[in-house]
Formats: sequence, structure tokens, C-alpha cells
Amino acid sequence: MADHRAPVREHADGAADVTAADGADGRRSWRRFDIQWIRRNGVYVALAALIMVNIVITPNFVNVATLRLQLIQVVPVLIVALGMAVVIATKGIDLSVGAVMALAAAVIPLYIGYGAALAILVALLAGALSGAVAGSLVARIGVQPIVATLGLMVAGRGLANLLGGEIKSIRDPGMRALGTGSVLGVPYVVLVAIVVTVLVWFLVARTTLGRQIVAIGGNARASVLAGLPVGRVLLTAYVVCALLAAVAGVLLTARSQASDPTRLGLLMELSAITAVVIGGTPLTGGQIRVAGTVAGALLLQLITATMIAHDIPDSVAQMAQAVIVVGAVYLQLGRRGRR
Amino acid sequence: MTEETTVADDDVSGPGTLRPPGAAPLVQVRGATKSFGGVQALRGVDLTLLPGEIHALVGENGAGKSTLIKVLTGVYAPDGGEFRYGGEPVRFARPADAQRAGISTIYQEVNLVPLLSVARNIYLGREPRTRWGTVDVGAMNRRAAQLVGDLGIDVDVTGELGRLGLGAQQMVALARAVSVESRVVIMDEPTSSLEPAEVETLFGVARNLRRSGTALVFVSHRLDELWQLCDRVTVLRDGHHVHTGPMAELDRVTLVSHMLGKDASEVGAQGVTEFAGKHRHGDAPVLDASGIAVRSRLSDVALQVRPGEVVGLGGLLGSGRSETVKAIYGDLPVESGRVSVAGRNLRAGSVRHALKAGVALLSEDRKAEGIIPDLSVRDNIALAVLPRMARGGIVVESRIDALVETFMTRLKIKAADTGQKVRELSGGNQQKVLIARWLCTEPTVFLLDEPTRGIDVGAKQEVQALIDELAGHGLAVVLISSEMEELVEGADRVVVLHAGRVEAELSGSELSHSRLLTALAGESADPADDGQPAGDDGQPTDGAGQPADGSGPSAGTGQPTAAVRTAAKEEEDGRG
Ligand SMILES: Nc1ncnc2c1ncn2[C@@H]1O[C@H](COP(=O)(O)OP(=O)(O)OP(=O)(O)O)[C@@H](O)[C@H]1O
Ligand SMILES: [Mg+2]
Repeated sequence: MADHRAPVREHADGAADVTAADGADGRRSWRRFDIQWIRRNGVYVALAALIMVNIVITPNFVNVATLRLQLIQVVPVLIVALGMAVVIATKGIDLSVGAVMALAAAVIPLYIGYGAALAILVALLAGALSGAVAGSLVARIGVQPIVATLGLMVAGRGLANLLGGEIKSIRDPGMRALGTGSVLGVPYVVLVAIVVTVLVWFLVARTTLGRQIVAIGGNARASVLAGLPVGRVLLTAYVVCALLAAVAGVLLTARSQASDPTRLGLLMELSAITAVVIGGTPLTGGQIRVAGTVAGALLLQLITATMIAHDIPDSVAQMAQAVIVVGAVYLQLGRRGRR
Repeated sequence: MTEETTVADDDVSGPGTLRPPGAAPLVQVRGATKSFGGVQALRGVDLTLLPGEIHALVGENGAGKSTLIKVLTGVYAPDGGEFRYGGEPVRFARPADAQRAGISTIYQEVNLVPLLSVARNIYLGREPRTRWGTVDVGAMNRRAAQLVGDLGIDVDVTGELGRLGLGAQQMVALARAVSVESRVVIMDEPTSSLEPAEVETLFGVARNLRRSGTALVFVSHRLDELWQLCDRVTVLRDGHHVHTGPMAELDRVTLVSHMLGKDASEVGAQGVTEFAGKHRHGDAPVLDASGIAVRSRLSDVALQVRPGEVVGLGGLLGSGRSETVKAIYGDLPVESGRVSVAGRNLRAGSVRHALKAGVALLSEDRKAEGIIPDLSVRDNIALAVLPRMARGGIVVESRIDALVETFMTRLKIKAADTGQKVRELSGGNQQKVLIARWLCTEPTVFLLDEPTRGIDVGAKQEVQALIDELAGHGLAVVLISSEMEELVEGADRVVVLHAGRVEAELSGSELSHSRLLTALAGESADPADDGQPAGDDGQPTDGAGQPADGSGPSAGTGQPTAAVRTAAKEEEDGRG
């Protein structure tokens, strides 16, 4: 903004032309500029700042093993958050992601006898199916997203418990390789996360579907009148989200080499929504920020890691997370309409 | 930079101001500036409002009218400038503060809550309370019904506001604005969706307020309204203040030349609309709708349009014009009826099917049913044709760019660049973006619901010329307009609806102002005898009751149409 004005002023008849009003103009613009700028880039700044802080205060932070661990740990939240961002962009929300992770985990032991590949495929299918149910409820029957996915959150967890029951360890070389292996030092799970990120970015930036998703989130009524296949697009968004949740469930199961449908993915919906919102994607729909979501997930992970490294109790960590969510949502919504 | 300083500073001491000498201005704005990102919307604008005046605020789309109103009333924080209210410097932090201080504003985009009842909307934030502090719904509904009744609109105040058409919503906004004691009432395009009768009601309300010493601001792109109603005028152009003075001292050509920044000679003596006249059209109808019935809205509506023909749809608020085009477009569940396009039957209730068959609908409600506010101009234009702009589901950007460029130039859409968010455009430019969206679909039948609503003289003429051009290329056009001139001059035939039924059909020589007005009022002669055009003197005009400062100036400024229009209006009033 200020950069934009500066040359304009120089073109005018010299500095004498800059009136008092112009000065005020400049200052005020800066202030508004800041808020928009924070909204867009705050997450990157916060992430960079927290990294700096950790470099200074956390022993052994700058250390390949530490960084590698952070990356591995962020993978599930990151993948789920990317799917969540897609749903949020349609002006929806998916509370069932944690349950879908559990469902995927519960399915694996049932089919692992046929080999890892088939077990994973079935797990992903189970996730996609759950997403199709959520999507149909929302798109065809018109149930509110929060209600539909809340129902699925409860039902899905119940089904997962029914199928899987208590924790079961999984001994399968394929699963173990997926969970712990790496190429050139990069863990497979991180590679999967990178691939998912690129795919979601591509979906958003380059495909018809991506444009239609944000259009529907921005104005569903206008989208209907413009002939967009609104039902199909919504359905797809929920399927994508659930499918990614299932991917996260599979990766976590592979890492721990155990299927734990009772606890896997608990509170994941909250972390995912937080990552999306602090990444700059508004809950009001119509926009999506893929890079921001990635940074949001990293920031959340780093906050947790910092707290752990400094022996701050979990309860405090959770409260810190709450403050961050409220702050981020305020930045997104609180100042809307008055700019 | 230079223009704002060279502008004559005539608003307080200039010649010919109508107020009694010495009346202190109620509102004084000096040098207001406001920018949005790189867009400088206001570059030093002055505005002075005197008690007991109706002040016109005019300018092209994007000139900054709405922005001026918004910085004055606290919707936006101004970047700079001096704001005085009752002599005291003020800066309202939010619209509610301005309201509390006595400035009532009807914003351009109706700003009410669609899901609440009409009564609730009128009293939002100041509901009558019972002894226990709960909302006294009974009293609220009674008062609201009274208020709405006084304005002569027939709506159920307990019904949801969102169910009403845009025009009725504008009247509700007016009811809200006048239900509080205000010293200043600002109306940003209040008449854009109103029918002549409602416009007259609104003018009556405005004149009453003026009599009681209220200062009014009136924004409208229907220029002839200004001479009927306004005392003084302020003209903005590209965020600059270019003129303030008495309305009566300006004629249409001078006003338009101020607005456009062109020489009066360049503006010339244009007609009221840019429509060239009647169109040559084919014989077989491309659009054939018959027996359309929509529950409690339409019964047995039929409409045929031939290629190259422009068929107007006339009717009062709630007569079913928008419902008719929506039913054709598959956007309303129909009880019965048949629509075919080029001989192919449309699947009832399927917008996608209608669109595929070559039908396009430009909705009257730009905000709720048109723009996707957070998407760019570019993506908004390409929205309906995205699949065609893609290969294997992947968007080919160069195709979109080519298409968007074409329409940006063809419709002269004013935006910082094609990537600008559509919400940031002025109303008129948003409208052009939507027209572009529909033209991209290469329709054979174009349903236009108030296509020139809220767009400035220049753009209006462009759109009118465009409609002619499209018809010339063989497009079948259905034109809904609450502006008489557009129907009379633009359409080959006008189908008049009344209470959801076809009341009359006017074509050829019957298509005149007075016949149209008679038909609109629902008192047309039996449609069967339409071979006999009723004379323009069907009803004697009642010379008395001419508003004090209404159409006087307009008659003297070479605007026969405006004069005819006013006379015709009185004719109708006298009867109703
Ligand atoms: N919120 C916003 N963000 C960015 N630009 C804006 C915003 N609001 C208005 N503008 C820009 O400011 C300029 C003035 O807009 P404004 O809405 O005041 O025009 P207007 O005179 O009311 O036009 P219209 O007759 O079409 O309503 C336009 O160029 C518009 O694009
Ligand atoms: Mg405006």
C-alpha cells in the first residue's frame, strides 16, 4: 500500500504537495494493511518466530533427529487439515475425521491377512464410504454439515469399536515399512504428506472442481443458478476429506504397528480445524489456503513440541491452543464487514 | 490532485441555493479520502447537507457515491477529511452510532436479515419490550403493520423478509429508515427495484420528511427522478467532487456531461434509452412456455419468444415477473406447465438442463443470486462455463483469459485488474460482470430480470444497446424492467402480468406509456379486444395535485418523456 503510494507522490508536484490529509491517509492505510497482512501471512511469521525462539531456548532443537521427528509427528494433522480445508471452503465442516481415522484403523487388522496393500485399500474405501454418507446427508438431504458429521463422528467411532475393539498389534512387514521406512532419509509418511499436499494444491489451483468448491462456499445460491453441479461437488468434498482422514489413520496405525480404534484420532477434528483457521482459511467458506494450512499444522505441532520440551503440562498446552484458535478466528471474522 | 482544488467551492455560498439564508448546514464533509488497497475511491470529496433539502448524489458506477455514504456513516473508516454533523466534528465508528445520532441510512445492497420477519427487521435493535424485557411481538407486529400500511405496501409483516422480492425489501428498508426520528435520511439507490407506484410513495415520504426539516440524500441512476424530487445535486466522478449546485439550474445534458467528464456537445441530445427500436425476428418461437403454474404465485402463464425478438414482462411488485422467468429457468418448482426451447422440452425444475438448452437468467438480486463475492472478476465471469474452459477437469487458464479479456473490453468493465475480487467493484460493474458470465454461455434465450438496475447512464445505454445487438444476432430476449421507457422503447411486445396471471399483451401501436400504465394497474380493457388500441387520453389527467417542486424543472429541460411519465403517474394515482 505505502509502496504503491510512494511513487505516485513523487510524480505529483514535489514534496510540497503532500498535505496533512495525505499523511493521515498513509498512516491509516498502514494500520488496515497490517490487519489484512496478518490475516494472510501471520501464520508464517508466527511459525518463523517460534522456530527462532526454539533455536535459542530449546537445547538440541537444530538437530536432524529433532526436526525429522517434528515432521513425522505433524503428518496426521497436516493430512487431515488439508481435507478439512476443502470442506471448510464449501462453507461446511467435518467433525467426523477422527472417527474416520479410527474406522480405517479398525478395518486394517480384519484384512491384514490378505496383505498390507489390500488392507490399506479397504481402509481407504471405508473412509471414502463414510465421506459419501456425510456428503449425501449434506448435499442431497440438506442436513447441516455440523449435524451430519456430528452424527457420523459418534456412529463412526461406535462402528470402529465394534469392528476393532481394543488395541491390536499388527505384525506385517509392509505396514512396518510404511510406518518406519524412508528413502534418502525422508520417511515414507512424510513423503505421503508431501504428495497429498501437492495433490490438494493442484485440486484447488488447477481443476474445475477446485474452482467450483470455492464458488459454492462463496455463494451457493448463485452457484446453483450458474448451473454448477452443486450436489456432486459437495459430495466430492466430503469424500476427499474423509479419504484423507483415512490416509492419516492408516499412517498412524502403520507407525505404531497397532490398531487402536478407541483412542486413535480423538480430538483430531479440533486440531485440524485449528490448523485450517490459523492458516488463513475463513470458516465462512469461499476461500482456501493450502500453504497456510500446511504452515498452520506445522505451527500447532511446534507449539506442542515446545511445551513438551520445556515440561509444560498438557493442560496448559491445550489452553494455549484454545487461545490461538480464538485469536485466529477473531482475526478472520471479528473484523469482517468493517474494513 | 489538481481537480479537487480547482472545483468551485459553491456549495455553501453559491448562487441559487434554495434554503433560507443563514440556515446552518446539518452535515459538512470536506476533503474526504478513502482508498481500498490500490483503488482510490474518494479523492477529496465535499458534501454539504442543509436541513429541509433533498440532495441528489450522482455519478457513474464506481464514482464513489456509496463509499462517501459509508465513510460518513461509519461503515468504513475514512482515510482523511473533515466530517461535521450539526457543526461539531464527528467520526462515527460504526453505523449504529450514526443511526443513534440521527442519521438513518438505506444502503445500496439491502442490509436486512432475510430469515427474520419483516416486523423484526423494521425494529431490529429497538424492539418494543414487554414489562419483563422480552420482545413485545404483538406490539411490534401491530406497529410494523401500521407503518407498512402507511407506505401502501401489501406485505405480511410476520413473514420472513427473505421471501419478499427485492422491491418489497427496499420498501421495508424505507419503513425502517423512517420509523425513527432522524435529522438526516440517506438513500442509496432506493428506487432501483421499485415500480412507478412505489417510487411515487417513496417520493411522498421523502417530501414529507423534507417539510419537517430533515436533510435527505438521494442516489439514483434514473436521472429523471432527480428533477422530480431533488433540490440540489452533487456530482462525483472517479472519486473527485466535480459539481454542487441547484438541481433546477442543470439540464440533463449538462448533468450527464458532468458525470462523464465529457463536453455537453459530445453528450448530445440523446434519447432516454439507447434502444434503437423494433427488431426483425423469425416466425417460429424459440422459447415456448405455456400453462405455467407455481403454487400460490403463478397460474397459467404463457410466453412465446421468437429468435431476435425482445419481449418485455411488465407488472407491479409481486405480479410474478421474476417468478415467471425463474420457472422457465427451472429454478422454481412448477405445478404444471411446459417449457420448450427450439422445440425441445425442458426438464422441469432443472437449471442445468435449461442452461444446456441455451437459456440464461440474469437474476434481479445481484448480491444473493449473482456474484460470488470473494472470487475474482475473472472467475466470476467464467463460472458458468468452467467445464468448457477445462481439459480433463483441469482448467486451461489461457482459454479463460481470452474469454475474460473479450468481455472486459466489450462490456467496458471497470476493475483494477481481472484478479480483483468482485465484491470490491461498484454495483454497476458487478452487474456487467454477471452479464458477461451469461454471455459466455452463448445463450439462445436470455432472460433478463432488471438488467439495468443500478447502473449508470453510460452503462445503461451500453447495456440497452447490447440487448439490441444480441437480439440482432438472433437471441430471444425476455426483458423485465420496472422502467417504463425500457419496456416501451426496448421491447417488441410486452406481456403484462397481474397477480400471477397474464393480464394483457401489448404490441405495435398499443405499446405506449399510457396503455402500459393502464395494464399495469390491472385495469386494462379486456385482453380480447386488443386490436383496438386505447387512445393515450383514456383518462383525463388531473392537473391539480402537482407536487410543489416536482416535475417543474424537468418539463423545462427538454425531457418530454419525464413529463409524460409524471403525468401518466398522476393519472394512475388519481385512479388508485
Ligand atoms: N470494499 C472495497 N474494496 C475495494 N474497492 C472498493 C470497495 N468498495 C468500493 N471499492 C471501489 O471504490 C470505487 C467506488 O465504489 P462505490 O461503490 O463507492 O461506487 P458508486 O459510486 O456507489 O457506484 P454504483 O453506482 O455502481 O453503486 C470503485 O472503484 C470500487 O471498485
Ligand atoms: Mg453505489
